Amino acid sequence: MMTQNGFPVVTALIVLPLVAAAALLFLRREWPVRMVTLAVGILECLLALPLLGYAPNGPAFQFVEQAAWLPALGMTYHLGVDGLSLYMILLTVLMLPLCVLGSWTYISKRVTEFHFCLLLMTSACIGVFAALDFVLFYVFWEAMLVPMYLLIAVWGGPRRRYASIKFFLYTLAGSTLLLAAIVAFRQVGGTFSIPDLMEQSYGFKFQFWAFLAMALAFAIKVPMFPFHTWLPAAHVEAPAAGSVLLAAILLKMGTYGFLRFCLPLTPAATETFAPFMIALSIAGIIYGGCIALGQTDIKKLIAYSSVGHMGFVTLGIFLLSTKGVSGAILQMLNHGITTGGLFMMIGLLYERSHSREIGDNQGLGKFMPIFMFLFGLFSFSSLAFPGTNSFVGEVLVLIGAFQGNTWIGFAAVPGAMLAAAYMLRLLQRVTWGEPSAYKASWKDLGVREWVTLAPLAALVFYIGLAPALAITTIEPSIDRTLAAMHTKNMALGLTKDMPLAERWRLTGPLAVAGVSDFIRKEHP
Amino acid sequence: MSIFALLPELWLLGLVCALFVASVSDRKQSVMSWLPLAAGLGVVAAAVSLGARGEYLYATYKLDALSQFFKLVISFGFAVVAGIASGNKDDKDLTPDYFMLLALSAWGLMLLSSCVELITLYLALELSSYSLYALIPLRGQDRRAAEAGIKYILFGAAVTALALFGLSYIMAAKHTTFIAALAASSWSFADAPLAVLGLTLFLAGFFYKLALFPFHFWCPDVYQGAKNETAAYVATIPKLGAVVVLVRLSAFIAPHLEVTTTLAILGAISMTAGNLAALVQRDLKRLLGFSSVAHAGYVMLGLAAGSAAGMSAAAFYSLAYILMNLAAFYVVCAIAKNGENPSLDDLDGLYRRAPALAMILAIAAFSLVGLPPTAGFAGKLFLLSAAWDQGYHWLVIVAVLNTAISIYYYLGMVRHAYTGESEAPALAQPRGYLIFGGVLAALVLLLGILPAPLYDLAAQAAVHLHP
Repeated sequence: MMTQNGFPVVTALIVLPLVAAAALLFLRREWPVRMVTLAVGILECLLALPLLGYAPNGPAFQFVEQAAWLPALGMTYHLGVDGLSLYMILLTVLMLPLCVLGSWTYISKRVTEFHFCLLLMTSACIGVFAALDFVLFYVFWEAMLVPMYLLIAVWGGPRRRYASIKFFLYTLAGSTLLLAAIVAFRQVGGTFSIPDLMEQSYGFKFQFWAFLAMALAFAIKVPMFPFHTWLPAAHVEAPAAGSVLLAAILLKMGTYGFLRFCLPLTPAATETFAPFMIALSIAGIIYGGCIALGQTDIKKLIAYSSVGHMGFVTLGIFLLSTKGVSGAILQMLNHGITTGGLFMMIGLLYERSHSREIGDNQGLGKFMPIFMFLFGLFSFSSLAFPGTNSFVGEVLVLIGAFQGNTWIGFAAVPGAMLAAAYMLRLLQRVTWGEPSAYKASWKDLGVREWVTLAPLAALVFYIGLAPALAITTIEPSIDRTLAAMHTKNMALGLTKDMPLAERWRLTGPLAVAGVSDFIRKEHP
Repeated sequence: MSIFALLPELWLLGLVCALFVASVSDRKQSVMSWLPLAAGLGVVAAAVSLGARGEYLYATYKLDALSQFFKLVISFGFAVVAGIASGNKDDKDLTPDYFMLLALSAWGLMLLSSCVELITLYLALELSSYSLYALIPLRGQDRRAAEAGIKYILFGAAVTALALFGLSYIMAAKHTTFIAALAASSWSFADAPLAVLGLTLFLAGFFYKLALFPFHFWCPDVYQGAKNETAAYVATIPKLGAVVVLVRLSAFIAPHLEVTTTLAILGAISMTAGNLAALVQRDLKRLLGFSSVAHAGYVMLGLAAGSAAGMSAAAFYSLAYILMNLAAFYVVCAIAKNGENPSLDDLDGLYRRAPALAMILAIAAFSLVGLPPTAGFAGKLFLLSAAWDQGYHWLVIVAVLNTAISIYYYLGMVRHAYTGESEAPALAQPRGYLIFGGVLAALVLLLGILPAPLYDLAAQAAVHLHP
């Protein structure tokens, strides 16, 4: 295997959880299972430390590892990290020990299998963010579905079967067309290697269909309005750790897919579809906010707020400007931290009150001040309060929006206000509302719970107060992607300032031509 | 002529003879003690003669990369079926003559993979079929077995007649029955309408074996009626025979000829019809029956592509298919009470009653869906690539949409096994038997993670036919 830095860091990050998962099957008691998984989680965090040596202005992909896989079809085992994937990998790695700690008492049945699934998930998620071969990416992308499905179906709430099947069917159905797109890219580009595919230019008709096939898979995963219907069910029924992984990592895969594939591979189609994607994003922001406002189930409220928050992310991406995209990436990270923290806390609350209804969990400020402090912190972060992490991301996206088009900016602003409305309402009732009845089980956070939440709380402040550190790492990668994109688009006569009608006049006739003949004509 | 070149056939023939002696001998002892091992040695024999090349019997019988590849897979499949049956020691139906018929059928399929002349091909096909006609009704006192047997024979006879009729047309039009000579002539409808019609009819015989739409109507009924072990065999190994012949025949059909277009269309209908029908099944064997109709459609992707990549993809996929299907049938046989047909509800709570079986079932099901990293995914990827390369974009889209449809019922199996609750007692399985199933599941995963060695083997076979 060829590696850039000697020690194959990324492979180690992927393989360690797999090996540990296999080892778990031989452990019979619960306690060692939890301890081994926790140890693996901590070890993963330590293993990931070398990734912090990423040089923002160095080569596009660093920590590259390459080995032959299936030479006959041009498939290689190819991993690497750039500014885009770096933070996603770090976030994934961080979530594993937190999820183990967070479910220490929450999960009491089939403990081995639960941790087995957690480890498989971690491995597959790191693989998704690090893969530089299109097939390898798809392998990890799909492999992650199985453990997630089991997490919801086995350890979920009362309607877990319905939710898990809906989740599986939606996401897999979406990504089957992605497979067709991957095959098409190999035929046109002659390789599965993502960096090589990024170098090339493709005819518009091809881009048009490839974009649609890929965007469907990614939009379902994000999920963008109106493909979001699987999300609330999955979130509500999943166990706390499952919700955390869903919110923190899984949803990011969709937006990561847009950034990794749609922007560099189908730049002209992305430019053409950007206004529609922006419209869908804004619809998602407003819709998610409005529905969240009407929820009485705390978990459902946060789930719908995710639809809104992810709307901000996709909005940032399709603004196609450095500000917008860096805001989007930061927001991906922030949403993982904030919503991950919130879901974790709802899990802790549910362990105490056995209810997720706001009405059953009122007046907690009196009994659980530390809990409420942290809950308040994450809630303020969720509504993008200045000084917290989400503020930076959301502001960057909004600045990007106003720079691009004032109307887009104005359309997105109500989303931020809605977020404030539903989060403050939730916070107000949970903290100061009339307690339904005092419950002896309402104990404040213990040490283990503190340890679980402290890293996330620290990150809320760290990114909120010193965002420059993250942004400087991310921006060179974005600039590179956007510059390559605009150069390719210029060659097709497509510019960013072109009004929508003119864009479609240019690209429309090409796009609606027959599906089957596009490769033959453009790539004889 | 080196005797070692024909080692796999001879070994299996020897096995047939030994089983024959065992079935007529007075001492009624079980052959289960030595049969799995002997069948396993057959795999070794096939592996040893993997490099054998040569032509025999007036060039009607040819050893090439393709035939040796398939012989390896057939002997492996036979060994697995023998192994699956070995877990069922107290079944009174599993007599030596049962296994003799099974081995005879496998032997016929081995011969089939080496035949390069249409009449010998036909003979080998019949040899493998006749023992199946006898095998399928062999199931205790079950009336459904008799029904399945009759259906299989009647359908088979009709399709055989059709194939023979087609063969007569080919002979009349082309004046030869050697595939090599046929390959040298044109197969467009404009040049040789009679021959194309004849070929289409001749292919029908193999479509029947493959259970491709519209020759699939026997399939779910026969699976349901046959013994679980027989169903495991009928669902897998004979399909290999069909694939090898189709690969040989379509090697001389260029893409986008009338025949390949027919293959593509039949494939598309087969996938869709099979998957839609499988959605509503409760009987596991019926479900797997309809799923095999769908999988026959997927194989058509490679054959319709008509290129070297398509042939190797079809060969690889049929290997992946028998692996994952055998793993699924292994679980079916293991959970069946007294040889009854298990239904989806019988899978409830399997994770608790037999965790290893549940795991094997999950791997098999996800491989049948085509989820990575399993053999089913690798195979499907090769098929899609091959078909897309030849411009069959619509077929690829139909195939991926069908994958989406099929998720539901495959996932249903996993859902019952992992989330269903049941009061049934734990299923005790002998350790050796579980390890055997575990190896099957591990192979499914291994072939998905590292497909290169076997794909290269399949590619060699295809390049030889499609230079």
